[in-house]
Amino acid sequence: MNSTDYAIIEKKAKRNEKIRKVITYILLVFWSIIVLFPFYWMILTSIKSYGTYNAEYTPKFFTLSPTLQNYADAFTQVPLARYFGNTLIFAIITTAAMLAVIVLAAFAFARLDFKGRNPLFSFFLSLMMIPNELVIITNFVTITNLGLRNTFTGLILPSITSIFYIYLLKENFEQIPDELYKAAKVDGTSDIKYLFKVMIPICQPTIVTIAILKVIECWNSYVWPRLITDDENYFLVSNGIQAIRENGFGRENIPAMMAAVVVISVPLIILFLIFHKKIMAGVSRGGTKG
Amino acid sequence: MRKVKPWLYLLPAILFLAAFMVYPLIDVFIYSFEEGYNSASQTFKGVGLYNYMYVLRDPYFIQALKNTFILVIITVPLSTFIGLLIALGLNSIKKFKDLFQTIFFLPYVTNTLAVGLVFMILFKKTPYSEGLVNMLINMFGGSSIDFIDGPYWAKMFVLCFYTVWIVLPFKILILTSALASVDENLYKAAKIDGTSKWRTFTRITLPMISPMIFYLIITGFIGAFKAYSDAVAIFGTDLNAAGMNTIVGYIYDMLYGNGGGYPSYASAAALILFAVVLTITCINLTISGSGRNDK
Amino acid sequence: MKIVLDHLTKVYPSSTKGNPDVTAVNDFCFEIPDGKLIGLLGPSGCGKSTTLNLISGLETATSGKIWFGDDDVTRVPPENRGVGLVFQSYALYPHMTARQNIMFPLENFKGSEKLSKEEMRAKADEAARLVQIEPYMERKPSQMSGGQQQRVAIARALVKLPRVLLLDEPLSNLDARLRLQTREEIRRIQQETNLTTIFVTHDQEEAMSISDMIVVMKNGIIQQIGKPQDVYDSPANLFVGNFLGTPPMNVFKGRVENGAIVIGNERILEIEGPENQEVYVGIRPEGYLLDEKGTFHCTKKQVEIMGRDTSIVFTHPDQVSESLRAIITLDNRDEIPSTVCFKLKPNKVEIFRADTEERIDYKVREA
Repeated sequence: MNSTDYAIIEKKAKRNEKIRKVITYILLVFWSIIVLFPFYWMILTSIKSYGTYNAEYTPKFFTLSPTLQNYADAFTQVPLARYFGNTLIFAIITTAAMLAVIVLAAFAFARLDFKGRNPLFSFFLSLMMIPNELVIITNFVTITNLGLRNTFTGLILPSITSIFYIYLLKENFEQIPDELYKAAKVDGTSDIKYLFKVMIPICQPTIVTIAILKVIECWNSYVWPRLITDDENYFLVSNGIQAIRENGFGRENIPAMMAAVVVISVPLIILFLIFHKKIMAGVSRGGTKG
Repeated sequence: MRKVKPWLYLLPAILFLAAFMVYPLIDVFIYSFEEGYNSASQTFKGVGLYNYMYVLRDPYFIQALKNTFILVIITVPLSTFIGLLIALGLNSIKKFKDLFQTIFFLPYVTNTLAVGLVFMILFKKTPYSEGLVNMLINMFGGSSIDFIDGPYWAKMFVLCFYTVWIVLPFKILILTSALASVDENLYKAAKIDGTSKWRTFTRITLPMISPMIFYLIITGFIGAFKAYSDAVAIFGTDLNAAGMNTIVGYIYDMLYGNGGGYPSYASAAALILFAVVLTITCINLTISGSGRNDK
Repeated sequence: MKIVLDHLTKVYPSSTKGNPDVTAVNDFCFEIPDGKLIGLLGPSGCGKSTTLNLISGLETATSGKIWFGDDDVTRVPPENRGVGLVFQSYALYPHMTARQNIMFPLENFKGSEKLSKEEMRAKADEAARLVQIEPYMERKPSQMSGGQQQRVAIARALVKLPRVLLLDEPLSNLDARLRLQTREEIRRIQQETNLTTIFVTHDQEEAMSISDMIVVMKNGIIQQIGKPQDVYDSPANLFVGNFLGTPPMNVFKGRVENGAIVIGNERILEIEGPENQEVYVGIRPEGYLLDEKGTFHCTKKQVEIMGRDTSIVFTHPDQVSESLRAIITLDNRDEIPSTVCFKLKPNKVEIFRADTEERIDYKVREA
């Protein structure tokens, strides 16, 4: 082969490379559209007026007369603000309580020496395999018997521990060198002070990630709240949206429903856009949906 | 004091786990064998396998089992395959990579119920509006179908589509980072030796990321068997009426709601589900284990 | 196979706007004779790995040409060049056994070159015999030591009978003991196969010990090409002088004045040739002799006895090197005074122009 042959080969390779690139981008753009379209559609529908929407037998991809009336309806005709507030309270209290519990537990597992530490930790890990569906039945009965249905306490109690997050945090705590702990001991620092002054600040990124993931989980939780609340005053957004769908605005006021959907989705999307690096890194370290 | 202190740190976690994890785990077995349990008086008539027999004979359960299996068999391979395809695409580009990654992850952080409602509207056909998807079908010369209240396969299609949409972010993320962690030099070595693109993919890339693929398949199976809220989001809470119930949906229906009040049946169904998931996971682990030994 | 690099240049466009482009390899002209072992030597970032990648074809040159014998391979893709490349990290496929790794390149052959399973096994066995890893053929990389992995990597590069063998930092991932052993091994394999072999290293001792020729690089530019001893004995410039040799050359500020090399106000060596000018004076550690009549006075800092040799660490007001060290053989255990007098071995003293840092030739004037 001489150099002109190679020139042809190179040209061909370059062309193939280009085609491959174009196909790749087409694939990626196509899936982006599928991912983004529902978001576009809910925003679009939410700013179409009731009359316009129902007059469109064939849906239109834009609207010339946007209106915010649906948002007003969403907040006045159904207790959307209340659902929203409930979810906020639920998410914040649950996350805060869980952080307290798991930080203490992870600290004990990572730093304190005591008899039975390793067997207990293995037992914790083995509990991770137990699906929620198995224990939710008894929990439902327990909470009902305690008379905690339709209370925040009843909503929050079962979600306060997460073995997975204890595990994640313990691993992170263990990466802090032993010498720091020994140095602190020599200086007469108590365990609890060491935890708050040294370990938590060092592991802050992991703790923040765990908190964000937990907030997302709380914001999206549906099954447990559905079982435990039938009083609208305690509905979370997921249950609220289901209630709206089934008897909210009169069945067919879809633009108002979409306005509610937008309102419910926006906080998480904003949270995601701010923290997307952290969230994605956290999830890829072993989180699963739900 | 030194001996007690660690346990003080662990006390809250142990208390919560005992109350909401360990105790229920034992209790669910007891429930499942208590026959004729009455939730009002909290009494039962006898002990035996009746609850299991009842559940296994219940046509609603059979329907739920069938739906769940179809959902699992379609969505797990499909989502893993599409996820791999997209991850490969993402890994081969530089421009807009971050943007695409962020977009693809978006479904992970959305409220399943809320976005499900949007999917319902996109696929639904009503007397006033044929819906967007039907409009597209008409454009390509097909005839409209009601995906929400129509034929079984159409409803299953929507459910599978939505499930794939929801689970893909996680798979894309895991596979993208798995692909990125393959040593660049392996590809260079293969290139020097004149290895074709396809052979590089099958002989190097796939084996290198196969642990992650198996991980995704196993978690995918477990996740898909527990499908519920996606179905509720699209078809509403009365899944039995829609014929689209899932095993988990059946458990909750037995526990609470219109047909509820039967924790014993719910427990039996939950344990059947657990057995199914456990079996499939074990089969998966065996296959992946022996697969690795062959190589 | 003779390799010719003809005005080879590689420019990387800057990643951020406003920054200048990076020239990794600058106007490289070099002819590598057939069947020789060549060491590409330089500090990290000097462009030696880029040069290797250009020869292998993993990167394409911005300008200039590469010839393998009579073939212009500048635009030839790597798989058609017939090069074997051993990576610094070995890049063995972790999921394959040593045998599968070695056979992998053979399985890529197409058309008339295609080999049967038996032929592949035979060739793999032959390569394994050459690098002496036959007992480990069924092991996976994770079950082998670094040295064994290195040999598998070399076998994999050799099995397809390349025209050129390239090694990227072949010893840097090995511990000190294995390093000595493996470098002899590389030398032996190269001599047995008689392949033109180019290896990259930042370790001057490694390059000096086994190369037929070394190429010293800095900032993408060739500083000097030659046999290791020649380069050591007459470095082309201050950089090369400094880079070769452990402990390094001692460098002082000095001048040539009226037929002598002068440091401070001491005439340390009578010479002829160069004109009066400012220079850097470089003295090899082994170039010192303790002599009460010596003209070079330094301040002793500390003495380290290392068995046969004694190392004197000293300071001098005009020193450029951070630390100065003389290695001498002491016959008696006399106390070394705090001010030491040195006589210098003329062939261990180099002078470099103060402006260009190029070496200046001189003759020693016999006293």
